[in-house]
Amino acid sequence: MPSNEAPIISCRDLRVQYGDREILHGISFDVMPRETIVILGGSGSGKSTLLRTLVGLEKRASGCVWVTGTNLCTASDAEMDEVRKKIGLSFQGGALIGSMTVGENVALPLREHTDLEESTIEVMVRIKLQQVGLIKFEHFMPSQLSGGMKKRAAVARAMAMDPEILFFDEPSAGLDPVTAAGIDQLILNLKETHTVTIVVITHELASAFLIADRIIVLDAGNIIAAVPPGELKKSTHPRIQQFLNRVADTAAEDNVDHLRLFME
Amino acid sequence: MELLLNIGAATEKGLAYVGGLAQLLGRALAGAFASPLKRSLSFQRATHQAMAVGVSAIPVISFITFFIGVIMALQGAYELKRFGAIHLVADMVAISITRELGPLVTAIVVIGRSGSAFAAEIGTMKVTEELDAIETMALHPIAFLVTPKLFAMLVMMPCLTIWADLMGVFGGSVFGIIGANYSFGSYFTATRDALFMRDVITGLVKSIVFGLVITGVGCQEGFSTGAGSEQVGRSTTSAVVTSIFLVVLVDLIFTAIFYMTSGM
Repeated sequence: MPSNEAPIISCRDLRVQYGDREILHGISFDVMPRETIVILGGSGSGKSTLLRTLVGLEKRASGCVWVTGTNLCTASDAEMDEVRKKIGLSFQGGALIGSMTVGENVALPLREHTDLEESTIEVMVRIKLQQVGLIKFEHFMPSQLSGGMKKRAAVARAMAMDPEILFFDEPSAGLDPVTAAGIDQLILNLKETHTVTIVVITHELASAFLIADRIIVLDAGNIIAAVPPGELKKSTHPRIQQFLNRVADTAAEDNVDHLRLFME
Repeated sequence: MELLLNIGAATEKGLAYVGGLAQLLGRALAGAFASPLKRSLSFQRATHQAMAVGVSAIPVISFITFFIGVIMALQGAYELKRFGAIHLVADMVAISITRELGPLVTAIVVIGRSGSAFAAEIGTMKVTEELDAIETMALHPIAFLVTPKLFAMLVMMPCLTIWADLMGVFGGSVFGIIGANYSFGSYFTATRDALFMRDVITGLVKSIVFGLVITGVGCQEGFSTGAGSEQVGRSTTSAVVTSIFLVVLVDLIFTAIFYMTSGM
């Protein structure tokens, strides 16, 4: 990776508090353009909060987050909109708008944010749906799709504006191994065919090792490793070993406590 | 002292809620003029909402106000007959319907059909992360969801109220013809003579304010939905109950203002 490039995402001493409980304890990391980063962590490790902060949904943050050169903590609404047009987020459950067909969902950002001809938009929608293998489902409603299809449709929508950064929230959660592998393959294909930075939030080890250029391990609001997959396996950090070897937590209440905070 | 504190806290909460409504409606109005969304598409969404809120409500509103017209005529005639003034039944129905029952019954039907639907729709979208998805696509949720509903409501409420007035008078005329020696023509002449423009206009002014209240409360309850599908039910119930309460309160305030300004 060329070192003279500026990072596309940059976090410095990022802290997020819900009430008087701190979820992220001042974390710092950079993501370089065209890198595929996997943020790995258990339930309640703060990875969802981190993702929400990176896309500007979580505004209770202190410290600094730069995404595509804009500081999210000080950005105006208009600047925030500009950042959002350059990023795509594939939600865990798809979050397709239920009153619109799959095709309309993918077309939505194009229709609202570009002055493209309707015929051009239709072609673009078909290209995006083709890439995720849903070309035959353009006129289906989201409720008619299976879980895996919804996630793929969400990827198509996230890619509609040809974003610089593509975020995935738990892409394989709740899917059977075959479908989950299909999503991993889709991410790998995107990585090969597009010059896009990919940030994946997951707790699936297998998929993390498969797709990542670098893995950031988050534990209880702190980064405990930010290394390529090969090095992570050699790590002697007790929490990483525990995660890799699927050893149960002795203090299970701790996790539950964190979880409850997410629900608030 | 405890009691005073409780009253104070409740008042403060009530005022904060109304303040929140005003803020939401203000942002929805602003969203019509200053948002990154395309006007033509917002107009399409508003027409779609107007169909759902207004046109589809015509059958049920027609029946209900027709029956209320008959009921008012029957109840009025019962008392008027004792004074030998049964011919005044047309005046009584005309005034009570246009000033009060037309707008109020319309509002209550619209709360049941649309206010609850707004809360359920937005609440479900919150639970399924669709609101977050809209936000990350740089489509502002208030401009995207509330603005079209608000405009649909502001246009359709007066239209429905005029229709309700007409059906109420029509209901009264059925009794007038059968029970009070009116002909169809003479009943409508009597109605026309009994009404002042002011009666109809005060009803329409109220209906517009009711439209604001219903949209505001429905959407506000939707946005404040917590996590989980059970919460959607709670928001919907709360939208209906709060809307009915506020509509009656607004009705009281406006009727008092009209009474004081007219001196009758």
